[in-house]
Amino acid sequence: MNAQLQPTGSAYFITKETEHDERRTLAVLVDNEPGVLARVIGLFSGRGYNIDSLTVSETEHKRHLSRITIVTRGTPHVLEQIKHQLERIVPVHRVVDLSVVAKERGQERPLERELALIKVNGKGNDRLEALRLADAFRAQVIDANTEHFVFEITGRVSKIEQFIAIMRPLGLVEVCRTGVAAVNRGPEGM
Amino acid sequence: MTGAEMVVQALKDNGVKHVFGYPGGAVLPIYDELFQQEDVQHILVRHEQGAGHAAEGYARSTGKAGVMLVTSGPGATNAVTALQDALMDSIPLVCISGQVPTTLIGSDAFQECDTVGITRPCTKHNWLVRDVNQLAATLHEAFHVAQTGRPGPVVVDVPKDIQFAKGVYTPPQTAPRTSYNPRVEGDQEKIRAAVALMAGAKRPIIYSGGGVVNAGPEASQFLRELVDLTGFPITSTLMGLGSYPASGENWLGMLGMHGTFEANMAMHDCDVMLCIGARFDDRITGRIDAFSPNSRKIHVDIDPSSINKNVHVDIPIVGDAGRVLEDMVRLWRANVKTDKAALKPWWEQITKWRARDSLAYTPNNDIIMPQYAIQRLYELTKGHDTYITTEVGQHQMWAAQHFGFEAPNRWMTSGGLGTMGYGLPAALGVQIAHPEALVIDIAGDASVLMTMQEMSAAVQHNAPIKIFILNNQYMGMVRQWQQLLHGNRLSHSYTEALPDFVKLAEAYGGHGIRCEKPGDLDEAIGEMIAVDKPVIFDCRVANLANCFPMIPSGKAHNEMLLPDEASDEAVANAIDEEGRALV
Repeated sequence: MNAQLQPTGSAYFITKETEHDERRTLAVLVDNEPGVLARVIGLFSGRGYNIDSLTVSETEHKRHLSRITIVTRGTPHVLEQIKHQLERIVPVHRVVDLSVVAKERGQERPLERELALIKVNGKGNDRLEALRLADAFRAQVIDANTEHFVFEITGRVSKIEQFIAIMRPLGLVEVCRTGVAAVNRGPEGM
Repeated sequence: MTGAEMVVQALKDNGVKHVFGYPGGAVLPIYDELFQQEDVQHILVRHEQGAGHAAEGYARSTGKAGVMLVTSGPGATNAVTALQDALMDSIPLVCISGQVPTTLIGSDAFQECDTVGITRPCTKHNWLVRDVNQLAATLHEAFHVAQTGRPGPVVVDVPKDIQFAKGVYTPPQTAPRTSYNPRVEGDQEKIRAAVALMAGAKRPIIYSGGGVVNAGPEASQFLRELVDLTGFPITSTLMGLGSYPASGENWLGMLGMHGTFEANMAMHDCDVMLCIGARFDDRITGRIDAFSPNSRKIHVDIDPSSINKNVHVDIPIVGDAGRVLEDMVRLWRANVKTDKAALKPWWEQITKWRARDSLAYTPNNDIIMPQYAIQRLYELTKGHDTYITTEVGQHQMWAAQHFGFEAPNRWMTSGGLGTMGYGLPAALGVQIAHPEALVIDIAGDASVLMTMQEMSAAVQHNAPIKIFILNNQYMGMVRQWQQLLHGNRLSHSYTEALPDFVKLAEAYGGHGIRCEKPGDLDEAIGEMIAVDKPVIFDCRVANLANCFPMIPSGKAHNEMLLPDEASDEAVANAIDEEGRALV
């Protein structure tokens, strides 16, 4: 904003974006009521924001509260807008930028974990190799017969992605991921 | 109590006197209840969009929520334009829609649509009521959400079986939901800092908007007090006209794309800007990266998402415009010794800009100039209790430029969405709220045809609205942009087969007037005011007049195109090649 002049000729003035995108993890506490997820997702699509990952589940049954974890990216200016726009949604209680909180506490990022179920179909050496690597990644076998494994793996996004990449040549047939769950380190709640 | 009875009871308990609507299968139980009572008056419109704009006009002119009642399916989809219009202009609007019975939802039943899905992005919030025992609480919450914080439209979708079902009615409660707590008190430290910044300003300006109108008449009083105290010049957005009187000494006129030269130049050259209840819309800022480059900016807004959205500000204050203005007035009185002499050079500069007379036009003795028509309308209605609505286009800008507004809530126009067809139904809504007032829709010949059917509603409800059409036979603003951007190729902006507006008025049971000569205008306007029924005034104006001054596309505030400089060549070259790909 207010940066160098750039020739254009529209009433809708389009500024060249000079800021860089940042990745942020947001925790959004909402009333667990019909349509609330649609409101959040609709806001992102309607205003052209990015969603890298989204998870949602009821977290406080008595108070009917759900927690939505959204991984998004954008310039600092857009990220500020995302937070304020989310806060405008009537059933939204709080929006906490976990990435910012982590930075304020001198940490690199919030604790983030993802769970994936991964089906691998193979015989012979491939099968052995898959099992050996799963062990190295601390993935559990939760279903198997003589021709396949289903692995359950939990960890950071990067670890899951690495594991999937390794399994691909070994007979990967199906992947299901939960998306990121996140909290900040330390004794304080959000 | 049945669900339908609850709807009517909730309307009464929320102080509703008038509802604008159109019946249909899925709302018949509610209509049956309306039929059997006297407290809530129903205004039958001719199209649901008309009901929405009428409710908006009602809301804007009274400060209360407007209420509309529509049926399922097409009733709800027709309401969408009005809902989005109310969302963009922050108008409190409660829309109650019928829905097919809960057991049929999702079955593609007759006149079914996903109303909450369709209206989710064009409302502040919406509800589908699935339990009759939740209906009353939902309706009360709907009124609360629509009217508090940044006001806006809400939809309550009520399936037909819920309208028939019996349940327990709960009166309006004082404890609203926990997740919705709009902040109204501004941060005192920031207000203190803002006042200190203003006190040291050499070239200050106040830029106010619709938020001041929405904050109630007290807010406008405080704004006037602040201007008097500080001696600052003040300009306003389209939506904010009337908060500060047009006859006030410090008034610079409207700012923005068709604002005055002095307002835009002062915005560009100021050193401290107080933006209150406005949102740095693209029609206000012109090119963002050259917008008021040397000023420190204070932004007061009740919606945190408005702050730093388009323009970075130095002191953001989240709060109700009225409350913050009150604090500012108090702090200024207590702490600041006003030095009006320090502002003298700034006022001298502004006087020079004013002398440029940017709203000037070439008078004509044979043809009515549109600006002249507005000026005469203004002069001849001064003694009346006047409310103005408009459609969208050149006539709207001329009205904003040449009609002086002395008080808030007197000017109803579609600012954000720019809805052609807004003015006629809005005038109906205003007239219902103020039966004795003089309500004029300043219209264009193209816009007015979009909701012309509401003439019938106006006649039915004895609403003597005056539809003052600046008839140039073009979609004037489209034509002006085609001239500016597209080599004057007037693609589909000329209306070949306009109706005879006088006969049209008569066909509806109203009164028609045509005026073609400047010399006849005063008398014709007098006739319009005197007639006690709906009037269509066909004011034939210069066909090819352009609306100036104008900030051409992609230009800054200090690069305005002024009327006396707007030769054909200047107009043709006002926008460079790159801009033509954009709007």
